[in-house]
Amino acid sequence: MKKNKNNLKEPFVRIVKRDNIKIQKIILIYSIAIVGGLLLSGFISMMFSDKNLVDFFQSLFTGAFGSERKFWLLLQDTSLLLGTSMALLPAFKMKFWNLGGNGQILVGCLAAIACMFYLGGKVDDFVIIPLMLIASVTAGAIWAAIPAIFKAKFNTNESLFTLMMNYIAQSLVSLCITIWVKSGSGVLAPIAYGNIPDIGNKYLLPIILFVVITVLMHVYLRSSKHGYEISVVGESINTAKYVGIRVDKVIIRTMILSGAIAGLVGFVLAGSINHTISTASANNMGFTGIMATWLATFNPLMIILTSFFITFISKGMVEVRKTFMFTNDSISNIVVGIVYFAVIICSFFINYKLVFRKKEKEEIKK
Amino acid sequence: MNKTVILQLKNITKKFGTKVIANNNVSLDVYKGEILSILGENGCGKTTLMNMVAGIYYPDSGKILINGEEVIIRSPRDAFEHKIGMIHQHFKLIDIFSAAQNVALGVEGEKFNLKEVNNRIKEMAKKYGFNINLDKKIYEMSVSEKQTVEILKVLYRGADILILDEPTAVLTPQEIRSLFKVLSAMRDDGKSIIIITHKLNEVMEISDRVTVLRKGDHIATVNTSETSEKELTEMMVGEKIDLNINRTEPKNSKLRLSVSNLTVKNPDGYNVVDNVSFEAFGGEILGIAGIAGSGQKELLEAIAGLNNYENGKLIYYHPKKNKPVSFFHKTYKRVMELANENAFIDEKGNDIDFTKLTKKEIKELVNSEKIIFKEDEVIDLKDKTPREIRELGIRLSFVPEDRLGMGLVGNMDIVDNMMLRSYRKGKSVFLDRKRPQDLADRIIEELKVNTPDSHTAVRKLSGGNVQKVLVGREIAAAPAILMTAYPVRGLDINSSYTIYNLLNEQKQKGVSVIFVGEDLDVLMALSDRILVLSGGKVSGIVDARTTTKDEIGLLMVQSKENGVTE
Repeated sequence: MKKNKNNLKEPFVRIVKRDNIKIQKIILIYSIAIVGGLLLSGFISMMFSDKNLVDFFQSLFTGAFGSERKFWLLLQDTSLLLGTSMALLPAFKMKFWNLGGNGQILVGCLAAIACMFYLGGKVDDFVIIPLMLIASVTAGAIWAAIPAIFKAKFNTNESLFTLMMNYIAQSLVSLCITIWVKSGSGVLAPIAYGNIPDIGNKYLLPIILFVVITVLMHVYLRSSKHGYEISVVGESINTAKYVGIRVDKVIIRTMILSGAIAGLVGFVLAGSINHTISTASANNMGFTGIMATWLATFNPLMIILTSFFITFISKGMVEVRKTFMFTNDSISNIVVGIVYFAVIICSFFINYKLVFRKKEKEEIKK
Repeated sequence: MNKTVILQLKNITKKFGTKVIANNNVSLDVYKGEILSILGENGCGKTTLMNMVAGIYYPDSGKILINGEEVIIRSPRDAFEHKIGMIHQHFKLIDIFSAAQNVALGVEGEKFNLKEVNNRIKEMAKKYGFNINLDKKIYEMSVSEKQTVEILKVLYRGADILILDEPTAVLTPQEIRSLFKVLSAMRDDGKSIIIITHKLNEVMEISDRVTVLRKGDHIATVNTSETSEKELTEMMVGEKIDLNINRTEPKNSKLRLSVSNLTVKNPDGYNVVDNVSFEAFGGEILGIAGIAGSGQKELLEAIAGLNNYENGKLIYYHPKKNKPVSFFHKTYKRVMELANENAFIDEKGNDIDFTKLTKKEIKELVNSEKIIFKEDEVIDLKDKTPREIRELGIRLSFVPEDRLGMGLVGNMDIVDNMMLRSYRKGKSVFLDRKRPQDLADRIIEELKVNTPDSHTAVRKLSGGNVQKVLVGREIAAAPAILMTAYPVRGLDINSSYTIYNLLNEQKQKGVSVIFVGEDLDVLMALSDRILVLSGGKVSGIVDARTTTKDEIGLLMVQSKENGVTE
C-alpha cells in the first residue's frame, strides 16, 4: 500500500498551542532559558580565553555582588532602569511605541544641569533643587508630548518620531557642552551646586524614589480611570471611540506622563549621581528599559525583577571581561545578547509546544 | 445504490491543546458524484475536519483514504495532488488581478498563457453553467462573483472533490439558487461536493446525504430524502428545542428615532450610506436586510455618533413625556431653552409661565420634580459624539458587528468590560469595580454565560458567550433604542434563540429595536418591518409579516441591477 511516492510520512514536527500552563512550568522554562543562555555564554567566553566555566560564573557574581559598594551600585542602577521602564510602561500599554526614552532622559538631565550651571553659587541649593526638578520633568514631558501631538493629530509613526527626537536631544547636549566648557575639552566637570543631599547613603535616593513610582504606577494603571482608558486605547482604538474615549487626548496625556517620569530619571542622574552631563548620560536605558518592560510582559511588579536581572548581567559581564582579559566589550555584548535572546525565545515555548513525529512502533501500539 | 467511495476518513481525531477536542474519532465516506452536507453548529468541528482533508491542519490520529489508498496530506498542495480543493469562507484572491489571472495563479508546470487559460476556463464555465466575466478585476466583483472565481480556481486545478465552507452565508436567495444549479451540474458530471453548513433548509434542498457533527463527534450520516429538518436539528443540538420565535404585535408604538436624508461618505469619498430615510418606533423590531457591505455598519455607526455624516438629520425622541425634568443631564440654560419652546407643564397639566419665576425658583421647582415634559423631548443628534450622546442621558445601546474589536475589549475580563460604558461615572479618579462586578455576576447568571468566573478575559469565551456578555451589558443600560448588528453571527442555535428572546423582551418593554441580520428567515420571523438596503440606499421597507424571501432578495440587488450605484 505504501507505494505512493515519498509523501507517506507525517510532518516531522508540528507546532501545537498550549492552552493552559502551570506557573511552575513557566518558571522552569525561564530558568532553563537563563541557565542555558548563561552556559552558552560561558562556553563562548571560554573559547576566547584560557579561563574556565567556574571562573565565568565566579566573575559574573563577583561583578554584581562582590563588595558592598558593588551591591549598592547594582541596586542603584536597577532602580534607574526601573524608573526608565516606568516611563515607558504607560506608553507601551497604550501600544504607543516610545523609543525615545534616551532622549527624554537626556533633556531632563540637561534641564537640571542648566539650572545647576546658571544658578549655582548665585542662589541657595534649596531653591535650585526644586527648580531643577520642575525643569527636568517639564523638559521630559515636552520631549514626549511633541511626537504624541503629531501622532494624535496627524497619525505620524511614533516609533520613528521618538527615535529621531533622541538624536536631537543628543545634539542639543553636545551644543550646550560646547557653549559651557570654555576649555574646548568637551567634558563638563561635575558641578558642585544643586547636588541633592544624600539620604542614608548616596545610593538610597533613586532606589526609594523609583520603587515608590513603581507602586504608584501599578495603582495608576490598575485602578484609575486614566489607567483604564490607556488599556482600552491600547487594545482597540475602535472600542475606545465606541465608548466615547477621546483617543487623541489620552495619547497626549499619557505621553506627557511618560516623558515626565523619564525627565525625573534625568533629574536624579544630574542632581544625585553624575552632577554632570554627556551625550551618553542616559546610558542607553531608553532601550534597555524596553527589554525590561517587554520581558516583564508589561507588569510593573515583574519589571522590578527584569530590571534587576538585566542590570545584574551587565554588571557581572564587566567583571567577566576583566577576568577573561577581553580588551574590548564586543564579546561581553555578544554574551549579553545571547542571554536576552534565550529568554525571549523561551516565551515561544510557554505558548506553544512541539510535537514530533511518532515512532512507527508507537503507532502500531495504538 | 451502486456508488464508488472516493474519499474515506477513518477515526480522525484532532485536538487543540489538551482541552479542546475538535474532532473525536470521526469516520466518514464520500461517494463519487454526490453532494454531501456536513451539518453542525458553530464550533462542532466541521470546518476543522474539512481543513484536515484540504491540508490546512494535520490530524492527531486517524487515516485519510482516497480511492481506497491511504494518503498523507500535509499541505494544500498535497491536497491538490489528490484532486481535493477547498473554497474557504474568506476568499483568498488577489484584488488587483482579473478573474483569469487569479485562476491561473500558482499553477505549476505549465507556461502562463492567458489566452489558453481563458479558453479553458470558458469551457469549464460553459459546462457547468457559470456566468462570469474573466477580465473583470476582483475588487470590482460582488461576493457571489468572487465565489465563482474561487470555485473555478479549484476546478482549474482539476479537483474532483470540492469542499465549500459555508458557501451561502453571504449570498442573496437568487444567488444561492444559481450556485445550487452549478453544484448540481458538477455533481452530475461526477464530482464529489462537500458543503459545510448550518442552514437546514439548504441541506434539505441541495444535498444527497447529510453528516451531522456535534461537539466534535460524528452523530450520524443519513440520506436527505429519509430525514426531516426537525430530526436534523435534534441531532445537531442533542435535545429537542422549540424553534419558534414568539413575535407579538407592536403595542402603542411611539416614534423614537427619525432619520432623514442621511448620507455617509467613506474615506474614498464614496457614498456608503446614500440618502437614507426611515423612522424607528418604540415597541417594534425594525429589521435591516441587505447584502454584506451595503451600508448597514455605517448607518448604525452614524446613528451611534461614530461616523461624521455628510448631511441628513437624526432626530431622537427622548421618552420624557409626563416625566419631570432634572439637572442630572441638563444645564439650567438647556432647561430655559426648552421652556421657551413651551415644552413643560406643571403637575396639574397646566402651562408654566416662566417669565414670572426667578432663577432660584425655577431651580427649586426642577429639583422638587415639579416641571414636567409635555411631550417626548426632541433631540438633534447631529455632530454628537458617543460621549455627548451619553451625557445627554440618551439611552442608545449599540451591539456592533465587531464584538471583540469594538463592543468589547478581548483581553479584559468580564467585569472590566461591564464598565466600558459607565466607568466615567462619579468624580473619583479611581475606578469603581463593585457595580460592574455585580452586573457581571447578574449577567452571567441570568443569561447563563458559560465562563469559569467573572475574571476571565472575554477573548477566551466562545462566540455565543461573548455575545451574551455584550448584549447583556447593552440591555442593562435600559435602552430606549437598541441597535444590533448581526447579533447571532457565529452563535449556536440555543444561544441564537436566547438572543432573539432577549430582543423580543426588549421590544415588549417598549424599546425600539433595530436588528441588522443576514439570515432572511430569521429577519422575517423576528422583525415587524424590514428595511432593505442596497448599495447604501433604501430600496424598500416591507411588512415582515406579509413579505416573501424573493421580494426581499430582489430588493437587496435592486439598485445594482438598475445600474444606479456609481
